[in-house]
Amino acid sequence: MNFAGIYSPNPFWLASAPPTNTGEQVERAFEAGWGGAVWKTIGRPIQNVTSRFGAIDFANKKLMGFNNIELISDRPTETNLREMVEVKKRYPKHALIASLMVETKEEWRELIKQVEDAGCDGIELNFGCPHGMCERGMGSAVGQEPNILEMITGWAKEYARIPVIVKLTPNITDITIPAEAARSSGADAVSLINTIKSIISVDVNSFAPTPTVNGKGTNGGYCGPAVKPIAMHMVGAIARKHGKNLPISGIGGVSTWKDAVEFMLLGAGTVQVCTAVMHYGYRIIDDLTHGMKAYMNEKGFTSVGDFIGKAVPNYTDWGSLDLTYALIADIHDESCIGCNLCVVACNDGGHQCLSLNPEYKADGHTRKAPILKEEECVGCNLCKLICPAPGAISMKQIPYEKHYHGRTYRHGVMEMSHELHQ
Amino acid sequence: MPTKETLADLLSQKRPEDRLENKFSDFKKPLNHTEAEIEAHRCINCYDAPCTHACPTSIDIPKFIRRIASGDVTGAAGTILESNILGLSCAHACPTEVLCEGVCVLKTLSKTPIMIGRLQRYAVEQAYEKGTRFFHAGKPTGKHVALVGSGPASLSCAHELKRLGHDVTIFEKSSLPGGLNTQGIAPYKMKADVSLREIEHTASIGLTFEYEKELGKNLSLQELVDKYDAVFLGMGLGADNSPKIAGLDSPQIQARTHGVVDFISKLKTKTQKDMEWLQNCHTVIVVGGGNTALDACRELKALGVPRVILSYRRSMDEMPGYTHELLHARQEGVECFFNTLPVRIAMADQALKVTLGKTATAANGQVTFLPVSQAEEPETLHADIVLLATGQSTHEKILAGFPGLKFEKNRLVVNHETGQTGHLKIFAGGDLTNGGMEVVNAVAEGKKTAIGIHKAIEGELSNGAK
Repeated sequence: MNFAGIYSPNPFWLASAPPTNTGEQVERAFEAGWGGAVWKTIGRPIQNVTSRFGAIDFANKKLMGFNNIELISDRPTETNLREMVEVKKRYPKHALIASLMVETKEEWRELIKQVEDAGCDGIELNFGCPHGMCERGMGSAVGQEPNILEMITGWAKEYARIPVIVKLTPNITDITIPAEAARSSGADAVSLINTIKSIISVDVNSFAPTPTVNGKGTNGGYCGPAVKPIAMHMVGAIARKHGKNLPISGIGGVSTWKDAVEFMLLGAGTVQVCTAVMHYGYRIIDDLTHGMKAYMNEKGFTSVGDFIGKAVPNYTDWGSLDLTYALIADIHDESCIGCNLCVVACNDGGHQCLSLNPEYKADGHTRKAPILKEEECVGCNLCKLICPAPGAISMKQIPYEKHYHGRTYRHGVMEMSHELHQ
Repeated sequence: MPTKETLADLLSQKRPEDRLENKFSDFKKPLNHTEAEIEAHRCINCYDAPCTHACPTSIDIPKFIRRIASGDVTGAAGTILESNILGLSCAHACPTEVLCEGVCVLKTLSKTPIMIGRLQRYAVEQAYEKGTRFFHAGKPTGKHVALVGSGPASLSCAHELKRLGHDVTIFEKSSLPGGLNTQGIAPYKMKADVSLREIEHTASIGLTFEYEKELGKNLSLQELVDKYDAVFLGMGLGADNSPKIAGLDSPQIQARTHGVVDFISKLKTKTQKDMEWLQNCHTVIVVGGGNTALDACRELKALGVPRVILSYRRSMDEMPGYTHELLHARQEGVECFFNTLPVRIAMADQALKVTLGKTATAANGQVTFLPVSQAEEPETLHADIVLLATGQSTHEKILAGFPGLKFEKNRLVVNHETGQTGHLKIFAGGDLTNGGMEVVNAVAEGKKTAIGIHKAIEGELSNGAK
């Protein structure tokens, strides 16, 4: 496949992060089946701290969210460049992208030439890192200033002969503004999201944020499955605005083939993965590619182009949603296990339309399926979302009898304003 | 009179280190911290949960599991003990398979219920190890209640009364407190010292015990009624029944025939040396089909008795013992002879020769012997000992004459709301009134009756048993 002029055997790339720290790692990743790798960001040498990572777990599951205070590559630039040459020699058909972060125009010129000479297929400008590097005026400090972003991207485009991808920070108000700045300065693509500025946890015994470095902590960059919804919104927002004119490499919590398909349906041409690999290793690529192929076969898609951006036309403003569409919950007694979680959720956090069944199943202790007051149900989905029993609660459409027939909120507002002006 | 300070010392003196029960290991292994946390996170936290409905003491199970999951293990123990002061022994002894775990919604969803019993044991053990004190005696009322028997019903009742501010004195016929909790629960479920440790914690609220005091011997119900503001009868059931079997009157055969409750009590309190004779047993026949019979069979197998035979007079489907217990017993190698009943026991070469007659259940539910023509040759087995698990007697003889006390179907009649008997000052609960149920039922009845007693001695209750 072709992404903004970069050839890749599949849409799965490793994001610029610890899994792409060395040539030896990238080679093993390519051997495992990854289509591309964005090398751990190169710039002026830095020194890292210990410890560097923090995590938030959900129930038994580790790493629902992950954060780091690690900086860019702490290896000599020459070593990284030498290994890039070797990787490209062994894997000429895989996408090798250099992630860069320096300060002066001269430094950008020099580094871009070096990575081009090393054989890289593209460059990713790291304007996203929200910790450490931003305190030095780089990373997200650039991504948050559209003018600076535009200027530096302009330099990169001036010097680079290979495609330039701008990696965006989510730590802004409207992602389409930096995306527009990148596009107008000639970037070939954007990649997003970089990590979200975060404090992942506070040690309640030592009273310091984690990861803790000799008694102190700092804000880090948040990623992992928990950030996927935020990333997808941002990817979708850019796709809505720029369509196919600005290729997007989607990043943020991709762990399964389904996550990747969702990003691509929202307009991503490739996806980049980090946390899932840091958790489970390069081996997950097998499941990603197999799952996506199976999905494509099932849907009759012959190439990823058949579904990239397919959900974008269906991503609309709230104001354009159909107010005449009416759903209510539909409880299926035979699948209900009697946990009553929907009852408490609906009563305390919903619209008080589910109640405990006064009757019990044969065991005498388990209540029969809850009772729904259909006329009270607003169709919010809450009961269905928290129900642990597959098939016990679905949503069904009912006729909408009220006066907003066939219209949207926006239609209503326009009509009202029309009436007011008369 | 041993008090809370001396109870521990007293108990350690009375329990020899080389007790036979120390040879048993837990059938349900305890959970370690990691296992408990993983298991607690599996719970989906039902609302108006079936497990809580199924618990006779109505423990808020989702709440205590949620507390374990969030790292508040002491809080979890508090939730358990608030509903069930003997939460530790119930965690060991409850047939969770047919109570809380039996109705766990995850059993429906994925066939594997939450290990509620083991989580409960984990939480209470952790809290007791930390020495957390959960309860304090209520403001003294000046009232004093006597409790007869120190089993789970009495302990639960006494603890609740003390929380309400009443003084309590528990009269125990043996030299150890706890009744069947200490001396009757199968040692692979719970050892005597777990029960005693729990009693130490329970008694720390200020329970007073008097040992070797038995009603009808050196304790008079009339005197208790005269001296105390109320009396709680919680002495459970009486001695093992002895069925009519030809040959049983011979002293030689009697020496090799034991009542099962008595036998289990010995297993739990005697030393290995005292019980050395068990090592030479090759075959043991256990007569009965209840849970105590199954417990005994499994205990004997665990001690290495090569051949353990359960003889039950009805069919497998009619067994009162739990299906899961029968399954474990069979897996452990217990042989089951259904529809059989010993008709004659004789001596033969230093062993017992037991003749089992074939039986059938008649249309009216009665067990009848099959006519010889229909029966196969009567089975004759050689056994070293026979255990009789054919029920226990009641205390009807010593109680029934007392004004207001009445027995129906071997149960002392009480008002089920208050535990009050026909005598205004006498209350009762546990096996004595329910005919023999689980520890958890006794705890529930004890607590409920404490409220009944409280209302009665505070003048809010006057009606007797209905």
